[in-house]
Amino acid sequence: MCLGIPGKILEVHDARGTRMAIADFGGVTKTVCLAYVPDVGVGDYTIVHAGFAITRLDEASAIETLQMFAELGMLEVELGAEEPVP
Amino acid sequence: MKYLDEFRDPALAGRLFAEIDAAVTRPWALMEVCGGQTHAIIRNGIDQLLPDQVELIHGPGCPVCVTPLETIERALEIASGPDVVFCSFGDMLRVPGRARDLFAVKAEGGDVRVVYSPLDAVAVAEANPDRQVVFFGVGFETTAPANAMAVVQASDRGLSNFSLLVSHVLVPPAIEAILSSPTSRVDGFLAAGHVCSVMGTWQYEPLAERYHVPIVVTGFEPLDVLDGIRRCILQLEAGRGEVENAYPRAVQAEGNTAAQDVLAEVFEVCDRSWRGIGMIPASGWRLTPAFADFDAEQRFDVSDVTADEPSECRAGEVLQGMIKPDECEWFGTTCTPRTPMGATMVSSEGACAAYYQYRRIATPVSVRHG
Repeated sequence: MCLGIPGKILEVHDARGTRMAIADFGGVTKTVCLAYVPDVGVGDYTIVHAGFAITRLDEASAIETLQMFAELGMLEVELGAEEPVP
Repeated sequence: MKYLDEFRDPALAGRLFAEIDAAVTRPWALMEVCGGQTHAIIRNGIDQLLPDQVELIHGPGCPVCVTPLETIERALEIASGPDVVFCSFGDMLRVPGRARDLFAVKAEGGDVRVVYSPLDAVAVAEANPDRQVVFFGVGFETTAPANAMAVVQASDRGLSNFSLLVSHVLVPPAIEAILSSPTSRVDGFLAAGHVCSVMGTWQYEPLAERYHVPIVVTGFEPLDVLDGIRRCILQLEAGRGEVENAYPRAVQAEGNTAAQDVLAEVFEVCDRSWRGIGMIPASGWRLTPAFADFDAEQRFDVSDVTADEPSECRAGEVLQGMIKPDECEWFGTTCTPRTPMGATMVSSEGACAAYYQYRRIATPVSVRHG
């Protein structure tokens, strides 16, 4: 039930005083409540749960994490390559 | 889908497996708290691909599974009433009560509706002023902001026909209950990422310190889970027990303060019974006195509806990580998703459901990661 899906905000509108949005989930669009993410706007990614954006998805951090995974073990490979083979 | 597919990359998974392999020197038992993580682990066979020394114990993080039978019976009682529209997340409809479930109430003519968001239930209440609309407010801290906002909106709009049947549960007290149990085998925790998106990571600092246990905030995609495991193992092997964030793209240390402000207004901490586990002190939320008018248990006077857990179902042992689902004698024979004995077999986050869906037929793992 704690499933949260990354969605991209396509448009923002006001629904009787509540900040709402249309978000895109890989081609499927849904209405999402933005009440808890006041600084999120069009073009931003959020994690959506039960129709609510619960947090901004930090794209820079996502890229950094993937970069870190890609580099795992590479240091050992590089350092290992400099060792003379006995 | 962007920011999902990248975190399912098999080549990067191989690197994370290799790092875990290289780090492990002795046996460790890790508990993934959230049922969503359990499903990611079983669906992707992560537990089968880990070194033999790393055991994953499935935790109690399935709100549908831990909602007490008594609350289910109260839901059934309310939903059966005249002029009631009972709204719920879909998972709750197949949870077995003593003799029936919410689907059976619907089949008997009850107006039971599955909604995507609690705000949909508020809209139903607004459109049906002559009927009582009840939303089944279950969930962990992730779901609570949505349920809280439904109550706030109902209050703002003066909807006297809307109420919430509340069965909210909290993760930190559950972790503490497991850690303080004399039978606990857990060496480290993968904490539930989206719970921390809302509440932050600071709540776990005292637990990590008091019990000297690694608590790694972890996401839900295969690479996220593997990185959570990797960080947990690195801490254990180094003798550390700290809170660490392996899900920084969705979790800030302070959490979502806008959501926390509304939660503090709508909910207050209470003792809560967990199905199959029992009472855990200060482990739930109920409505604050300011919003007590929206409490379905008071509006429908169901306090005399009580129920004891059936003794045959071993879901409690599963939820506490004492047995794996397929070690239960009823698993896959008497107890199936069509004929469930407990909620862990029907919830999309239930460990028994995960094993039934992905592990019913044992397949030998012949090819390990490259």
